[in-house]
Amino acid sequence: MIDIIGYGAFFLTTALIFSLVTLGLNLQWGLTGLFNVGLAGFVAIGAYTSALLTTPDDAARLGGFGLPILVGWLGAMVVGGIAAALTGMATLRLRSDYLAITTFGVAVVVQLVALNAQKLTGGPFGIGFIPRPFGSLAETPLLFNLSNLAVVCAVTLIAYLALEHLSRSPWGRVLKALREDERAAISLGKSARFYRVQAFAVGGAIMALAGALQAHFTGFIAPDNYLPILTFQVWVMLIVGGSGSNLGAVIGSILVWGIWAGSGTLTSALFAPEQQARAASLQIVAIGVMLCVILLIRPNGLFGDRPRRPRFGKRAKAAAIKSSFGS
Amino acid sequence: MSETVLDVHDLEAGYEPGVPIVRGASITVGKGEIVVVLGPNGAGKSSFIKAIAGLVPITAGTVFLDGKDITAAPAHTMVRLGLAFVPQTENIFPLMSVEDNLKVACGILERREIPARIDEMYAAFPDLVRQRRTAAGNLSGGQRQMLAVARALIVHPKVLVLDEPSAGLSPKFVSMVFEMLAGIRKSGVTILLVEQNAKAALAIGDRAYVLVEGKDRHEGVASELWNDPVVAELYLGQRPARAGKGGAA
Amino acid sequence: MSLQFVVDGLLTGSMIGLGAIGVTLTYSILRFSNFAHGDFMAWGTYATLAVVSAIGATFGRMAPIAPLSFGWPLLVALVVGMAFTALLALLLDKVLFSRLRSQGQAIIVVMASFGASMALRSLLEFTFTSRPTYFSRAIQIAMPVGFGIRITPDQIALLLLTAVLVLGVHLLMTRTQTGRAMQALSQNAALARIVGIDVASVVRVTWVIGGALACVAGVTIGILVQIRPFMGFDMLLPMFAAAILGGIGSIPGAVLGGLIIGLAEAAAVQLIGAEWRAAVSFIILMAVLFVRPIGLFGVRER
Repeated sequence: MIDIIGYGAFFLTTALIFSLVTLGLNLQWGLTGLFNVGLAGFVAIGAYTSALLTTPDDAARLGGFGLPILVGWLGAMVVGGIAAALTGMATLRLRSDYLAITTFGVAVVVQLVALNAQKLTGGPFGIGFIPRPFGSLAETPLLFNLSNLAVVCAVTLIAYLALEHLSRSPWGRVLKALREDERAAISLGKSARFYRVQAFAVGGAIMALAGALQAHFTGFIAPDNYLPILTFQVWVMLIVGGSGSNLGAVIGSILVWGIWAGSGTLTSALFAPEQQARAASLQIVAIGVMLCVILLIRPNGLFGDRPRRPRFGKRAKAAAIKSSFGS
Repeated sequence: MSETVLDVHDLEAGYEPGVPIVRGASITVGKGEIVVVLGPNGAGKSSFIKAIAGLVPITAGTVFLDGKDITAAPAHTMVRLGLAFVPQTENIFPLMSVEDNLKVACGILERREIPARIDEMYAAFPDLVRQRRTAAGNLSGGQRQMLAVARALIVHPKVLVLDEPSAGLSPKFVSMVFEMLAGIRKSGVTILLVEQNAKAALAIGDRAYVLVEGKDRHEGVASELWNDPVVAELYLGQRPARAGKGGAA
Repeated sequence: MSLQFVVDGLLTGSMIGLGAIGVTLTYSILRFSNFAHGDFMAWGTYATLAVVSAIGATFGRMAPIAPLSFGWPLLVALVVGMAFTALLALLLDKVLFSRLRSQGQAIIVVMASFGASMALRSLLEFTFTSRPTYFSRAIQIAMPVGFGIRITPDQIALLLLTAVLVLGVHLLMTRTQTGRAMQALSQNAALARIVGIDVASVVRVTWVIGGALACVAGVTIGILVQIRPFMGFDMLLPMFAAAILGGIGSIPGAVLGGLIIGLAEAAAVQLIGAEWRAAVSFIILMAVLFVRPIGLFGVRER
């Protein structure tokens, strides 16, 4: 029984950390319409920044600076936010595809740095001994897991409430308006672009925070944690939940993480150990197909608010023309 | 009236279901005629003509070309059916040479017929010959309009349909375009055009329709229509000096 | 530094360029960046490998065409693989992309291509495992050609093949009715329909060209390096960077962009180290986006 509660707490902790990433993505994509296919890179930036700031001094690499965990988290957000802002500034005056390609490149480069800049990141072996918030409780796993869950719950809730507030604020309404009309958003020039850069930066900071949280709960990070599959998982979570809805982002994350973890347990029970790697790739195929099917038949997910097509006025006409030429 | 080439009956069309812009308009175009469709801004003239060309979804009514029902024909089959359309703007491929603009429209012609047909177009529009290697985007407004018309004519259409061919042109080019259309009709091509510039269009037209709120409200011989009191009230009465802001094109 | 990097760079660059042609065509005609394009490469390569093995099993081993490392079976298999990849691209368009395209939101199509990319790649991993494999394990002797440059017969043959294919596509685009129709569609889709171009058939041609060339690029990598499920995905960033550097929609631009990136990568490998190779395309991409986002041969979007 205690095992189940312990596992439940562990599961929820992971799922909520994913929720946090998804919330960041929802701000970028759901609210603002900015396409980020390199979010794993921003999560990694957060994890490595916080690890670097908080780990004890290590002769083999730069730092650790042994700073308090909260400083690490704050640092993660700042660095993640700056990285996202730079990415946004480079691409937001162009068509949305350029942002997609650039974010993809960011993830590739972050992965490269994590693997090769041994002095900074520990290389392929990663960084260990990352301080845990309740490390003293580690002897009683249940208590440890529950206290972790409490912290993650609190952080996610704060992020959720803040984002809900933001999306209802005038700031959020401007973002939504810009989302609906990319051409206008580009032609409105600097002020519109600045709004979108802000949204992209805040989203990146939230993702980085999630990366930092994760790092401090596992106590160990390595480049493998931040492969494109992470980006992909979060996207599926957002699409299932419904982009544009913060509630959808959270619920979609828990749901998809449940499916993912469940199917993972299933494959490890069903397949012989030497077949596990292959079975895992089948798991990805299934989720990939699921993403495409949802996009086809229920593009709004469970709670999404993205209108499929503007209904009235000139834009409707333009959209109708565009779609009639679509294929 | 001579034999009917284009017969549009009770046409209803629009971009959104339930919101028709064209609401039951009917016109006929006889062989060898120039028919002008006039109307105040926002009357649905442009949508009307685009619906005929297959570019705006038709919700009710019929379009017959030479006795054949083309109501549901997709836009890209129109040239094969004999209807060539010249849009008001963006009616050339700006990055392709003048010659490629003509060639790309020759998809329905026999391969060996193409060079001769292009030479015929150059003979009809001598201005284009000198620019044959120029990217079409670098042409002047009038030359663009010529290229667009030549591109439409190259496939021997039964009817040439033009959406405001004089829009956005300087007065010098406007008269040039209308002279060109009159010349084209002499060569035996049937023409249907929508125009904002009523006076110039009526001067070369045979018959005209006035479209108001998506319906044909008045029909008459072009030369008489200019002085018709009904038309004056419907349309010319609210005619500002230069026909305004372009409206819902 | 040794001039060997020129040969290495040209080779890598021609693979990137062949792939980038497909990327740039999809972008300019279908108006989305196809993240599954790299996986077309990998699928084409594995399909070619499967056909080579099938031929070997049926007719026995055949001697390679001296002095190359491969023989007729590979050439036959390559043609089959190209057809297969083209069909794969057409199929994916039919079941996924065309439906989303008709809903009119381009970026949703990009996301779907990202999902499809994941699924395709993992399916390869499932079927063939992630272990690298090879067309031939024979080691070729590189011939010195002066200036400290060495080149193998395979490399010469594949460079020639790339040149022929690029020239062929360029002629197709500029000299044929199909090519003009593709240009027309990329410049003004509405007008293309008005002048009688059947958009659906042009779209099919685009996928066929893109898919077939992706297969050739993949097989080239397979012959010169190795075959892995991730081989195409790893090429994605260089291909996108090449297409943008050359100017979206321009075939010569895509190829030139590919060569520039290939040469830069090869130079970086010599100067800095092989582990940073992948960062080169990113740096070039960022430079292009900041300095001249329309690329070398690009034209401002209307």
